[in-house]
Amino acid sequence: MYVYDQYDHQMLADRVAQFRDQTNRFLDGKLSDSEFLPLRLQNGLYVQRLAPMLRIAVPYGMLSAKQLRKLGLIAREFDKGYGHFTTRQNIQFNWPALEDVPDILAHLAEVEMHAIQTSGNCIRNTTTDQFAGVAVDELEDARPYCEIIRQWSTFHPEFAFLPRKFKIAVCGTKIDQAATQVHDIGIYLTKNAAGEVGFRILAGGGLGRTPVIGVEIFDFVEKAHLLTALEAIMRVYNREGRRDNKYKARIKILVKETGVEAFREKVMHEWAQVKNGAQTLTDDEINRCKSFFTAPDYAALEDNPAALSDPLGSDALFASWVDQNVTPHKQPGYAIVTVCLKETGVAPGDVTDTQLDHIADLAEEFSYGEVRVTHHQNVVLADVRQDQLYTLWKKLNQQSLASDNLGLLTDMICCPGGDYCALANAKSIPIAESIQREFPDINELKQLGNIRINISGCMNACGHHHVGNIGILGVDKKGEEFYQVSLGGSSQHEASLGKIIGPSFSQEEIPAVVHKLIEVFKANRHGDEEFLSTYQRIGIEPFKEKVYAKAD
Amino acid sequence: MPKLIRNGEIVDDHWSVLKEATGPEVLTTVPGKNFIAPLKFWKFYGNELQDYYGEKALWLDSDEDVNDIGDLLNDMPIIALNFPVFSDGRAYSKARELREKFGYQGEIRAIGDVLRDQIYFMSRCGFDAFALRHDQDAEACLQAFNDFHTGYQASVVEPTPLFRRR
Repeated sequence: MYVYDQYDHQMLADRVAQFRDQTNRFLDGKLSDSEFLPLRLQNGLYVQRLAPMLRIAVPYGMLSAKQLRKLGLIAREFDKGYGHFTTRQNIQFNWPALEDVPDILAHLAEVEMHAIQTSGNCIRNTTTDQFAGVAVDELEDARPYCEIIRQWSTFHPEFAFLPRKFKIAVCGTKIDQAATQVHDIGIYLTKNAAGEVGFRILAGGGLGRTPVIGVEIFDFVEKAHLLTALEAIMRVYNREGRRDNKYKARIKILVKETGVEAFREKVMHEWAQVKNGAQTLTDDEINRCKSFFTAPDYAALEDNPAALSDPLGSDALFASWVDQNVTPHKQPGYAIVTVCLKETGVAPGDVTDTQLDHIADLAEEFSYGEVRVTHHQNVVLADVRQDQLYTLWKKLNQQSLASDNLGLLTDMICCPGGDYCALANAKSIPIAESIQREFPDINELKQLGNIRINISGCMNACGHHHVGNIGILGVDKKGEEFYQVSLGGSSQHEASLGKIIGPSFSQEEIPAVVHKLIEVFKANRHGDEEFLSTYQRIGIEPFKEKVYAKAD
Repeated sequence: MPKLIRNGEIVDDHWSVLKEATGPEVLTTVPGKNFIAPLKFWKFYGNELQDYYGEKALWLDSDEDVNDIGDLLNDMPIIALNFPVFSDGRAYSKARELREKFGYQGEIRAIGDVLRDQIYFMSRCGFDAFALRHDQDAEACLQAFNDFHTGYQASVVEPTPLFRRR
């Protein structure tokens, strides 16, 4: 994990002091609401329905045990005892008092954390695959490059007031778990013909009101030129992105309106000016950042030890959890564990202060003191010995953290929605819960295989509904909450955007609608085909017919 | 006399900014004044300006392109960049382009909605003069230059990025 040096620490201390001063000036009436707005947003602070909401950055999802405990403390002392993991691998607190925020930031700074640029029209937290560094199918660990981008984008003076928010993802694995193609900039580690590793860079992807899959701007950029290539794209966007209409201000609209060829030409022109300049990365810097993400001191172990295979044979609940929540690790004798935070009755992504402490303890005991947050709002213990999986599972169970529904229908992505968010048109958490209650049987869920349901409470698409196999979007119709359902979305390597099946439904209808969709899937499924494949094969019509059929 | 921050000090501002809608007659009404005229004014009334004996400079609005300044750049003592609202960030790129692409050495002045909390970023992009919005406390704004000890990126004031200095 990256470790701060005196420069990083100084930067955070300066930020805390700056924000304390800004907050005081606001409370004294010296800063207007509209002037304070971007300042607080760039510190992750929203003013929400019930209280302010503070979004804390978790750079590319990495958290240490010490940081988890600090988050637990913040949940306890400044919130109502829980936090919420977001689809940007961040964590947010829904109940802090405005005047406490500078103190919370000071607490965070002690453990090398902050809320910098977690909101506002600037470059947001860079995300990556939660299995970076341990995945079997990885070309190279993406995290050193995420850290390089994090530093470059932090307080970048030229790009603090962009037309709109800006999100970057980096992916180093074959199976894309970072939804890279629906980012403003998506970066894939790739090899060129000469066998050198560099970057393929897409731009203009995004969700929100107009979902778009990004287009290739650079087919191969050498590592040294990563930042200058990004700077070139950013400058074209900052200069030419639309500022007349908030809903047309993302880079995807600029790329579309300019035309891909013309946009690429502008970027290349800009790149020619900055390429080989001071921002050109040095081998020293790349190696320095890589040195923070080296493999831990793994023991020499065999796969499938008796300490794993014995309880697998004797404890069906454990076996079910391993089957669903444990992923192969590149190191023999180790496993990747995903703690699924989608227990029925708990808002997706929510964790309590005691769970945070508990996860910290488990990280220390079983996984070198580190965890990763996933954009599916779950938590990963990346380096667990296979012979300790059973002990770990038992301890997870004690804290209601052994939910064995990872990747299944009930492991939904869900934004906070109308219960908390001032932007939402409709609630989303109760929708998630009503669907979970409709499918209580884990065996049935397992038989259905991987199905991704994503729920957003409004067009801003924090719940990534466009890329859900089943997407649910809350809409407002004359003051009443309705839900639009789409099918066929995916954020995997062959990303696709869902298609709306027809008129929207009331909250009460949704569980039955999902049930009907699943019945169609079951009736048409070949073997153990996944929902998405069945959908792609039979198309939207059979689903439509079933859902909108008149009762006889 | 309005106050200006220039090179980190509060000084009197001897320049007037001409609004866009102004015609060339303005040059005769107040002879000898120092004018910062919009780029369009320079394009339309370049000759009248050349004959005018006061000091003159140029300002660019946020939707205008620095490339359009053309040869005028060479003898401009000031290029002012307008912030119609403080949250319009286009002038940050313009300032950097003027310094880094065109090698412009004269004063780059922020005009319009210029507030304390943006001064640090502006200065890193190459602005060295700040015509503050009327309600801003100039003394307080001076502190903005020290908001951060250093930055990660290459910038006009720190051309070497932190990773080359660590």
